[in-house]
Amino acid sequence: MKNLRKKGRIQLLVVSAILLIIASVLIGYGFREGISYFRNPTQVLADMPGPDETFRVGGLVQPNSIQKNGDGSIGFEIGDLESSIGVVYTGILPDLFAEGQGAIALGNYVNGVFEATEILAKHDEKYMPKEIADTLREQGLFKPVGETSQ
Amino acid sequence: MITEIGHLSLILALLVSVLQIGVVGVGYAKNIFNWLYAGTLMAVVQFGFIGISFLSITWAFVNSDFSLTLVTNNSHTLKPLLYKISGVWGNHEGSMLLWVLVLSFFGFLLAVLQRQIPLKFKALVLFFQSAITLAFLSFILFTSNPFARLEFPPFNGYDLNPLLQDPGLAFHPPLLYLGYVGLSISFSFALAGLANGSINSAWASWVRPWTLLSWVCLTLGIALGSWWAYYELGWGGWWFWDPVENASFMPWLITTALLHSTLVLEKREQLAKWTVLLSILAFSLSLIGTFLVRSGIITSVHSFASDPTRGIYILAIMFLFTGGALVLYLLLGKKIRGGRVFSFWSRESALISNNLLLVISAMVVFIGTFWPLIIETIQGDKISVGPPYFNLTFTPFMIALSLLLPIGVSLAWKRGNIARALKSLIAPAILALVLAILILSLQTGMRMLGPVGLMLAVWVILGTLWELAGKVGIGKHPLGKSLRWLKLLPRTEYGKSMAHLGFGFTIIGIASITSWELEDIRVVRIGDVYQVGSYEFQLLDVKETGGPNYFAQVGEFEVIHDNSQVAVMLPEKRVYPVANSTTTEAAIDMGLLRDLYIVLGDFQGEDAWAVRTYIKPMVNWIWIGAFVMALGGCISLSSRLPVLQKRKPRKAS
Repeated sequence: MKNLRKKGRIQLLVVSAILLIIASVLIGYGFREGISYFRNPTQVLADMPGPDETFRVGGLVQPNSIQKNGDGSIGFEIGDLESSIGVVYTGILPDLFAEGQGAIALGNYVNGVFEATEILAKHDEKYMPKEIADTLREQGLFKPVGETSQ
Repeated sequence: MITEIGHLSLILALLVSVLQIGVVGVGYAKNIFNWLYAGTLMAVVQFGFIGISFLSITWAFVNSDFSLTLVTNNSHTLKPLLYKISGVWGNHEGSMLLWVLVLSFFGFLLAVLQRQIPLKFKALVLFFQSAITLAFLSFILFTSNPFARLEFPPFNGYDLNPLLQDPGLAFHPPLLYLGYVGLSISFSFALAGLANGSINSAWASWVRPWTLLSWVCLTLGIALGSWWAYYELGWGGWWFWDPVENASFMPWLITTALLHSTLVLEKREQLAKWTVLLSILAFSLSLIGTFLVRSGIITSVHSFASDPTRGIYILAIMFLFTGGALVLYLLLGKKIRGGRVFSFWSRESALISNNLLLVISAMVVFIGTFWPLIIETIQGDKISVGPPYFNLTFTPFMIALSLLLPIGVSLAWKRGNIARALKSLIAPAILALVLAILILSLQTGMRMLGPVGLMLAVWVILGTLWELAGKVGIGKHPLGKSLRWLKLLPRTEYGKSMAHLGFGFTIIGIASITSWELEDIRVVRIGDVYQVGSYEFQLLDVKETGGPNYFAQVGEFEVIHDNSQVAVMLPEKRVYPVANSTTTEAAIDMGLLRDLYIVLGDFQGEDAWAVRTYIKPMVNWIWIGAFVMALGGCISLSSRLPVLQKRKPRKAS
């Protein structure tokens, strides 16, 4: 009986170890494909990422910058308090997207224009994505849009 | 006046929970029957007070009492009644009140049900339950008082977020909370069992109904949330691997594992320690989920406006309970005795593998969810972990799980015969393979995901049905006899098969939509005809209309397939003037085989509109599957209900 129990325990350990190894390998590969960095427009201009790198850029949608290009694509400027970059996005904008509001775009920076594949939607008009709030705070001019208590 | 009663009740509930902890503590230490009994009754009183408190805040919402900050910020006189009520939990304070309401509701249920549990043990479970309630009650009263008043009440409120004005979302949080908080009972049972040294088959049979109930609610809650995102957010996604979604999904995975391990404990007195650990883990993960949502620490589409002190308070509660429980486990876990021996090919082994796969898949989700937090703390870089990570790391374990499932259910307890199990599954295996090859040859391109996904789904579904058929001897005995046996099968067998079928259905949906979805974005003028897949769409008109608290533009699309009209679809774009926000209402033509999904975008000038059109094959099977899984859980649960009252009380061990 004792030996059987011991044998069972060893089998269990071996199986768990194998599964853990597989998981670690998968996690390693997953991180390679799944991670995207967040940059604010000033960081993008200071150190331009290559056109192959997918990353997120976030800031405030600049006033009077939204343009409809007629082919369904939309252009707008996204900025922090120091600089701003142009974004092009084809598709339908999230409901709470508006000029003067915070937004995060996912995509690639190609030839001086950020080609977005996704615009992060918000759930709540009072909420500001944490990254943007941090950027504005670092630049010393934080409007506490996201932290008014409900 | 009613507000003051509500506030007072909440304070009284807090006092009752303090009293309850004291009374049960003394009663347990000195073995005084009356004290233990009184402690049990206090769970009822506590639920009563919290119930009054919750009703009074609901009353304030229904009657638009704008002297309350909470009502002013989250309601409006023009809002329909249902959304005035759901406004109660559509915000931080109210949702925490709902959380403690559910917490005390489960305490109440335990106090009045399950007479077979020895009083001393039941009181001990309620002792831990009450400690959790106390922690959250103090959290509400000290950091998020829903009864805070405004000095100068305004004439009207600031509306509820229009996105949240939706029947799906009105019921999504309560269900999810029932699930989350239901896990508190298994947690309290685990702690009581540890303290008492009695983690055994009886313990498992007491805990199992609660685990089942939480699991059913979690399943439905997650499915409802996913369905809401699908039809309301207007981009037709059903799962985003968003931190807040993961926060509800990790407890679900662990609870699913827990369901299977309590089964082993109940039937075979095996896996006792492991089951206790899972109970602790499941509730800890639901606390982490609460922390994630409430602290806003990770960017998510679901975050409410957040407040750091609240996050820290919940973090403290989390560390107190998780840490405390783990210490108790380390100190007292050794006393739990090991189980019986079983051979490598056995139901026990299959269920252990199920547990390993589920726990590891929860682990990869956990790492992906918290990685941004870790990187930001260590390096200061802001990163996010997106769907590619989760798809790559999570999917393989689910594939292994579905491959294993039919084999596992065909193995006998203790000593199974793998050759016989495999032999009985030859037919489902061949059918699944043939189907995969057929699909592979029909689809354009060689992508494997669709064929492999459907193969697994068919394997799970047929394997489940084959096992059921084998059990009643269909094919071996006359059909009439088999059918009579089928009727005699215990309901738990039906529940199990149903839940496994649901799992198969969900795989059908996920595999199909991931592989064969069609998406089309374009600018359409009124009168234009365009083609997506085999469907022809024509924009007939765009009209202006309005509702009780919004204005809307409605597009009218005619859909033609095989030269006949399939549907007229009316996607909307709504403007809510009070909240100053717009929402898109997608038009969906639902079907078992496909959904057609149209979103009306922005006006592009000269009768032209941006339009996004999708064809989503088999998408509804995702939620049908979840519903069938939950139904299976309910069937299993129903078999426990009469048992709950009938069994004679056992002696405390």
